[in-house]
Formats: sequence, structure tokens, C-alpha cells
Amino acid sequence: MKQALATVVEDICRHYGSDRTRMLDIVIAVQEKLGCVSTEAMEVIAHEVNTHRVEVESVVTFYAFLSVKPQGKVVVRLCNDIVDWMKGYDAVADAMAKELGVTMGETTADGAITLTHTPCIGMSDQAPAALIDGIVVPNLTPDRARQVVRDLRRHLDPHQLVTMVGDGNNAHPLVHSMVRNNIRRRGPVHFDEFEPGSALEKTIEQSPEAVIAEIRASRLRGRGGAGFATGQKWEYARKAPGDQRYILCNADEGEPGTFKDRVLLTECPEQVFEGMTIAGYALGSDLGIIYLRGEYGYLRNFLEKTLEDRRQRGFLGKSILGRKGFDFDIRIQLGAGAYVCGEETALISSCEGLRGDPKNRPPFPAQQGYRNCPTIVNNVETFSAVSRIMLKGAEWFASMGSERTTGTKLLSICGDCRKPGVYEVPFGISARELLEMAEAENPGAMLIGGPCRQMIGPERFSGQICYDDLATGGAILIFNRARNKLEIAERYLDFFIEESCGHCTPCRVGLVLLKKAVHKVVSGAGEPADLDYMRRLSNVIMQTSRCGLGQAAPNPVLGALQNFHTLYADMVGERKSGLLSTFDLSEAVSDSELTVGRLSHYV
Amino acid sequence: MSKIKFSIDGKAVTGQAGQTVLMAAKAAGIYIPHLCAYKDLIPHGSCRVCSVRVNGRIQAACVQTISDGMVVESETAEIREFRKAILDMLFVEGNHYCMYCEKSGQCELQALAYRFGITAPQFPYLNPSRPTDLSHPDVYLDHNRCILCGRCVRVSQELDNKNVFQFVGRGHRKRLQVNGEALSATSLAVTDQVIASCPVGALMKKRGSYAVPVGQRLFDHTPIGTEQPKETGE
Repeated sequence: MKQALATVVEDICRHYGSDRTRMLDIVIAVQEKLGCVSTEAMEVIAHEVNTHRVEVESVVTFYAFLSVKPQGKVVVRLCNDIVDWMKGYDAVADAMAKELGVTMGETTADGAITLTHTPCIGMSDQAPAALIDGIVVPNLTPDRARQVVRDLRRHLDPHQLVTMVGDGNNAHPLVHSMVRNNIRRRGPVHFDEFEPGSALEKTIEQSPEAVIAEIRASRLRGRGGAGFATGQKWEYARKAPGDQRYILCNADEGEPGTFKDRVLLTECPEQVFEGMTIAGYALGSDLGIIYLRGEYGYLRNFLEKTLEDRRQRGFLGKSILGRKGFDFDIRIQLGAGAYVCGEETALISSCEGLRGDPKNRPPFPAQQGYRNCPTIVNNVETFSAVSRIMLKGAEWFASMGSERTTGTKLLSICGDCRKPGVYEVPFGISARELLEMAEAENPGAMLIGGPCRQMIGPERFSGQICYDDLATGGAILIFNRARNKLEIAERYLDFFIEESCGHCTPCRVGLVLLKKAVHKVVSGAGEPADLDYMRRLSNVIMQTSRCGLGQAAPNPVLGALQNFHTLYADMVGERKSGLLSTFDLSEAVSDSELTVGRLSHYV
Repeated sequence: MSKIKFSIDGKAVTGQAGQTVLMAAKAAGIYIPHLCAYKDLIPHGSCRVCSVRVNGRIQAACVQTISDGMVVESETAEIREFRKAILDMLFVEGNHYCMYCEKSGQCELQALAYRFGITAPQFPYLNPSRPTDLSHPDVYLDHNRCILCGRCVRVSQELDNKNVFQFVGRGHRKRLQVNGEALSATSLAVTDQVIASCPVGALMKKRGSYAVPVGQRLFDHTPIGTEQPKETGE
């Protein structure tokens, strides 16, 4: 048995050339094959790739989908994102736990099924949803959850849970998923007809410099949310010294409430891969990596097939479209459950087979990124837009959108609305128009850009979606008036606490402290001074944290405090008694009452 | 090497190209409080005690490289509050009982607390449950006192040419792990430089307690940062 484990693990290592930088692929493969990455397996890996066991353990324990200890034969990961919670997560989780006879985080006594939860899996438009060994089970209800458990107990084969398939490529045999696209509004950039290779043909008619000039002229800005000018980023990387350059596509769509990249990867992968290839041409790179979040692993085979087709057709590989010297290929790097890997330097760490810790900056990736070479990291949607820009021209693209933010934006709208889904809209559209399109129900607040951005109240619904006003990477969450905004903020803090890499003090410790303070107020025990304390603590965390995660994590709390101030001022208001709400008089005197035997203690 | 001219708190400083703010400040005799930075190790940028304002933005001085005309603010009321808060976070995150700790007086965390006038932390204690590893014949590892600064990880790799320590887990569950079942199963030797590099009492030699009497310890008479910055083991 011991020998067998060693052989299996060695084979996996050798499949990846026993390359230390392919560590993540190796441990994911071991997890898939053996159900966990045991200490024994880690010893073998360390030996095989010439590192130390503790280095392997460091990687394995970083990613939520990997485990050192054995889990059930089937692992049910219920998504506990805020939208799932709004749509009935508690009842579903309860039904599942009861049916299994376990509590959250446990495995059934027979070792068959593990029940656990996971943050946003990119299915907020069909919540509550679960990932069962990578198979997406959307639209859960307590009844359906019980049925899923009964079915699983019978066959222990999550594939058999797929009773009907979704629309579009979700029905493709290599996807075969129950996921639905929910494309509510098709725009001209992403959802128009696209003939594979057509943008590439136009591209190679021009010099690499001219391609970058075209992208600059389009004034395309990064669609991941930060909004850095794409053409400028490319130019920096092109000019940075280095023998090799890399094109990274960030498909680690983890911002709670975002799912537009899921739809792009399902319906427009050609356009995305073509955009990466165009970048490869412009920067003189011969390797691209698409970092696919572990939650979207169900798309992997389909995407591999798409890449293979493109190789066959001469759109990838050596001498692309017959052009000598234009060599470019793309590999898929699968993630394993770590939100922070959406941060570009953490994504690079992860691609290098390390923990997904962000790197210190400077140097920036455009100077020294993947394998210390000039690297660009762009969002899925950015690459898709690049293809369309090369096809239809910068001028056409720049004619859409608002004055300073050109083009269209894909939005994932979800929460308290009747029509959750993906909308391609021109930049400059108002938040109110979005509420109308999605048929929001009594909207009281919106999170534009997900929890890493700001929560706004009705007085700002007239604001515009663009980088100068309401900036977003794609997430639009709608909350009705009955929702407690600070409670929402607390749930998002839980998310950030779980997803912090733990490297720097303010993020690792500060968020835990902030959560305690928020919980105190939400539970009704707040004091007037707590509001100021939360603001001060938030400021320390945001200012001194190393990466975007910590710098943004207190945003939901601050947003709730700023935009709904009177609500919380009331919650922490002084009591009529003049005593602090945390002071319990009867408890304070209970010891002395007990000592003197006063009757009130016993009643 | 080309010279770089910049300023720290209005004082003109000349450094070498490629230096970090922390290195250049140290060379110029300006003390910037720091914890995870150590000797010439690759900067970790994790504790954030050395946070400074660089051209208006908060950066870690141990990571930020200097450039001409750069304006660095270090001793401002705002930065002081940030550093104090970060030190407090480190105190409440672990279990630090200075009065029972034999590192007392030689501990950089404690010394920084004195420097910042911290008598009690402003945050609630998190009281974690953490183990102690006494397996090694000459060295012990008390996780209660570990502040996750990563000095031991880097010193073991970069100076001892071993790989005894590494971090496992993430977020608030991140912790130090050793390359073996326990410390005794690793290649750690009592002569390794890594032991003296620990700024707190997490990694300590056995049978050395009170070798230096209280009153004669490193920071008893020269508080941290009063002269040239002193670090444990330097």
C-alpha cells in the first residue's frame, strides 16, 4: 500500500516534469487521485521535486480545496456567500446536515460524504448552490438538498446528479453542467458574432507597436476593477528588459457576487484566448497562462479542447497563421480555492507553484512578474474586449461608454431582484437604470463592485457606472430595504478573514478585531464609542495592509457606517437607564447576592 | 553605485541606488521602528511596523526602494498611531506574558512596546490556544510567543542553508511549522544562526535562562532605537 502511494505520487510528479514551479498542479492531481495530500504524499513530492516536506505542506494548507487529512469519498461544498444566504442557505444547510446526520465540516461515519461550506462559487444568479466534487448543483431548496443527499448515498457519483443541462455551452458534452448562463442583455463587444482567428488576422497585418497603439487609442481599461490602462500596461511590459515575457489571464473570478467571467469562458472562450494571443504578439511573448479558479474546474476540459482546436487551426503553437517567429501557446493553471489569488501578484505566486501570497511591490509584474520576467496580468473580459477592438477598431470601441471610460462593461447583477444575470451595458449607465433592468425589489442599498468596494444608499443610485464615479469589476449586488447593512458587512468580514493570506499583521489580526467590534454592534450590545473605534481600526487596516485584500476589506463596514449612519447611531444610542448596553446590572450583583443568600438570585 | 537624494521627516538623506528606505535610513543613523526586517535577509514586508508615508502613500520602509526626491514621513502622529496599533495587534494575537518570559529585556516586541509607551493593548486579547514544542534537546519553540515575522524561515534558508521552518495555513490560522514531526526531527542545531534571530521568545535555547541577569539585558539601559538600531543577535 505504501509502495502504491509512492508510485502514484511519483508518476504525478513526473507527469509535470518534477518541476517545483508546477507544485500546484501536482498537489491538485494528488488530491484528485488520493482524496488528500497526506504527510506521506508530501514526503514523496518533496523528494521528487527536490524541496522540503514543509514547503509542500505550506502550499497544500494554503488552498481550501486541498487537505492533508482524508475527506469523504464525496465532498459537498455548500456556497455560503451572502447572496446564497439571502436566498435560503441556512435552511438548505440545515436540511443537508440533518439528512446526512453530521454538522458542517464533518464527514459521515461511514466516510462517504463530507459536508462543508465555501465562499462565493460564482453562481450568485442561481443561488443557493453547491459544488459537489466540482459538479455545480444550483438553485437548491431544502427538499432538493435532501434529494441530492439521498441520491448521493445511493450512487456516490456526483456526475449522476446532473439530470438536466443548462443553456448554451453548458450543454456541451465536455461541460455537461446544470449551470445556466442567464445572459440578460447582449452587447456588441462580447456577445456579437465572433469568427475565431479573424481578430488575429487583422493583428498580424500590423507591427506589435501598432497593436499596442491601437489598444491605447481605444482607451481600454482593465476590466478586473482596478481600471489600469491596458495599452499602457502592455507598453511597460514590452519595454521592460527581459528575455522572456508572459501573458497571464486572470480567470480567478472570486469577488463575491461576480460571475460574468464564468459566462464569458462558457460562451466566448475563443474571443478570450484570441485576446491573449494578440497580447502575445504585441509583447513578443511565447507563453500565456490562464489562471482558472478551482470553482470553475468544470469548464477545464472544455477549455482544453478549445485550446487544442485553436492549435489545430494554427491560432496557437509555432508560426501562428503561418507567420514565422510568431510562436505562442496557452496553458491552463487550475486554482484550488483561494480568493486572494485574484490579486495579480498572488496569482503569479500561485502559477509559480507557491502559496498564493501576494508579492512585495515594487517591482511590479510588468517589470518582474512570473518567473521574474516582464508579465502582464489582465482580466478575462479585458482580453475578450481586445479581440473585438482589433476586429472593429479603437475608434468604434471608444465611441461607446462615457467620456472617460470607453466601451461596454459586463455586469453580474444579483441579490434582491427578479432578473439576476449577466448584462453587457455601456459605461456611464446609472445605478438606477440597472435596478430597473434587473427588476430590483424595494432596493435599499447596492454594492457596486462587490464587498471590496463601496456600499451605496438610494441617494447615490443616480451615480454612473464608470471608473470616475461608481467603479466596478463587474459585481452589482442589490439589497432590499429590510436588510441590515451592518450584518451584511459582518458577513463579508467573515469572508475576508477566511481569505486573507495572513502575511501582514493588519489584515491577519486587524480584520478579526474589526469583526468582533461589528458583531458587538450587530448583536445590539454596541456603545457610541464603538462606531468611532470601527472607523479608526478600519483606517489602520486599509492604510497599512500589504495588498488590495486588506486595503479593501473594511470597505463594507465603512460603507455601512457612512451611508446608513443614523441607523447605527440609533443602534448604539444611550440607554434610558444611563448605563452602557454591555453592562448587565443583575449579573454584576449576582456574586454578592449569592454570597449573602439574597432571594432574587434564586428566582 | 549612483547616489540617491531623498528626505526623511524633512531631513536630507543620501543613499545608494537599490537601497530600501529602511536600509538608507539606518545608514544615515535614522531609526525607523521595524520587526520582521533582519540583517541582509530578503525583506518580508509582513509586520508593517516600519510603515512610513512615501510621497503620500503608506509603504513598508523595508520593501520600498528609494528614489531621487522621494519624501518619506516617519515620525508623524498618524504613523505613530499606526505602529502602535500594529504592535498591539501582535500582542493580542498571541499569548505574551512578559513577566514569565525569559526573553524579557531582550525582546524586540517588548522593547518596541516600551518605546511606544504601550502599557496595555487597546484591543481585546484573542487568547489563542497554541502548542509548545520541547522535543529538541537544546532548543524549544513556543508558538504562544510567535509573531509570524518569518525571520526564522528566512535565516534558516538564507544563512543556515537549511529549511527548518515554513508557514502553513492561511489568514488567522497561519502558523509556523517545522520540517518534521517535531523540532527534534529536523536538522536544527543549537549552533544555527536562526535561534538568535527570533525577535521574541518563541525560539529559545534551553538551559540559558537568566544567563544575563535582569537589569543587564539588551534593552534594559538602551531602549530600542535610541542609538544605532540594535537587533537580537547583532
